Amino acid sequence: MTTLIDLRPAGSAPEPDDAPRPIRRSLSLPDYVFRWGTTGIGAVVLVITGGIGIFLGYQLVPTLHHYGLHFFAENQWNPGLNILGISSVLIGTVEVALIALVFAFPLALLTALYISEYAPSWLRGSLTALVDLMAAIPSILYAVWGFFLICPHALYVARWLNEYFGWIPLFHVQNGDARAPVFTATQYDYSPFIAGMVVSMMVIPLACAVMLGVFGQAPIAEREGAYALGSTRWGMIRTVVLPFGRGGIIGGTMLALGRALGETMAVLLILSLNTDIKFRPLELGGVTTAQLIANFFGEATGGQLSALLAAGFVLFAITILVNTIAAMIVNRSRSGALTEI
Amino acid sequence: MNTFAAPAIDAAPTQAYSANPSGAHLNADRISAWFGTNKVLERVSLSMPPGTVTALIGPSGCGKSTFLRILNRMHELVPSAKLAGEVRLNGVDIYAADNPITVTRKRIGMVFQKPNPFPAMSIGENVIAGLKLNGSRASRTERARLIEDCLTRAGLWNEVKGRLGDAGGSLSGGQQQRLCIARSLAVSPDVLLMDEPCSALDPTSTRRIEETIAILRNQVTIVIVTHNMQQAARVSQQCAFFLAEQGTPGQIVEAGATKDIFEQPRDPRTADYVHGRFG
Repeated sequence: MTTLIDLRPAGSAPEPDDAPRPIRRSLSLPDYVFRWGTTGIGAVVLVITGGIGIFLGYQLVPTLHHYGLHFFAENQWNPGLNILGISSVLIGTVEVALIALVFAFPLALLTALYISEYAPSWLRGSLTALVDLMAAIPSILYAVWGFFLICPHALYVARWLNEYFGWIPLFHVQNGDARAPVFTATQYDYSPFIAGMVVSMMVIPLACAVMLGVFGQAPIAEREGAYALGSTRWGMIRTVVLPFGRGGIIGGTMLALGRALGETMAVLLILSLNTDIKFRPLELGGVTTAQLIANFFGEATGGQLSALLAAGFVLFAITILVNTIAAMIVNRSRSGALTEI
Repeated sequence: MNTFAAPAIDAAPTQAYSANPSGAHLNADRISAWFGTNKVLERVSLSMPPGTVTALIGPSGCGKSTFLRILNRMHELVPSAKLAGEVRLNGVDIYAADNPITVTRKRIGMVFQKPNPFPAMSIGENVIAGLKLNGSRASRTERARLIEDCLTRAGLWNEVKGRLGDAGGSLSGGQQQRLCIARSLAVSPDVLLMDEPCSALDPTSTRRIEETIAILRNQVTIVIVTHNMQQAARVSQQCAFFLAEQGTPGQIVEAGATKDIFEQPRDPRTADYVHGRFG
């Protein structure tokens, strides 16, 4: 039980209730100009992105008017018969992107771990620069490199997969018996598998750079704590670096996924366009949204152009969604960071 | 029968790195240290016998933390760091090529200035993190007993026994530091190095840690760096005064029984420092 001591002179009137007072700040003119200047520049980014979204979204209206909701269910894209649909396109887009991730995720993670934890310090800088440089190579060069160098060799990887795992539907190739006396190489060429492989090369530096940045921030105090317990380097990485970098690993992978979803050049050059819905990535032919747009944009007119742009809008929405989730994961602080003393 | 009691061994260790429950003899012989070309320690020798708390005192920048980090090979984690001399654990040089660094660090544990529990792990997991890091396996009951034993020895068991599954970071600073002590004890070290373990803590937590040190003294050899003269006087039996005079590398000015260092120091600089006239 506490007793409050009344310090006011005896007989004075009770004090009125207190209320929070408003706090106002006056900005000087330079402050004012600077604040609204930066706000304006920042807003431009939003306006541009929003403008693209609205422009593309607006194309949905005539498209749905023409083709109805069937637009999302139809797998063919046949401008001659005016049968347009994006179901195969959406499936193909996700298929190629996921194949790219299957290659990109382990390679990016191991590359980032090597550079940040194992590489000697004199090599670390050059390797980081090299990874950044990898991101700067134009995608047409990757596409050409993939077309001439990867394709002829990757099809043997595909054949091997088919030979031993062909009983799994995912690794099956129609008319492509790997043990046939005459190997039908053409059934294995220009497949989503090979396209995804080349796309993975383009997204590795992106994922790797994000992971590198996060691994580098793993606290020295925790690293030393692990070493002081007699930890091996791998033990330290497992208990300190990987848990700390989890957000970066997930976020970097999602950013890579976002980029892979929209990759155009490599897919356009390598993947042989085919709008059948088939879940056989080792097999010749497939289609992605970006490839579809690049392929048909030239001769499309009127309603068909709108339909192409509507397909683009769907891609835009998926990419924005993936990137937003990635950003949220990267920015989310880890539980321990809150207790920093 | 207490299963945690180590088997009795002869007074003279016959085998290098024998797991002596009352700690090991740590001997630093003519240690010099450099960061790049800057020499920070000049031929420092110090004997740290078992059953004794050795306090390293001295003003900031005199090399005592560097000396401590040399004692369990943490020094070499700094890229430009170099050293000369020998550190002998029960007579065996820990820097010898055939001594695995992981074994050395397990034998010579370290508690840092800032508590550094692993934030992704629970309180219980933090205690036995050393087992996981060393790749040693233990059954569920062994782990549970080890957690209780180490937390009890670190003076933290009663405060956390009901919430071992909570995150290590949910504890207060003083509790986190005792958790780090428990974590170090779990790999049964012979020596425990403490680098200003109380400098980030409030007086109550400091007292708890000092009580913990007093209890652990007969179990492991303890070496503690401290800026707090009273703390050095309270917890240690022997004391080494480090000093780096203008532009020269750090050296031990005087080392001996704590009582002597504080009551009748031989060197006037020691007297000035322990009586708070500089530093």
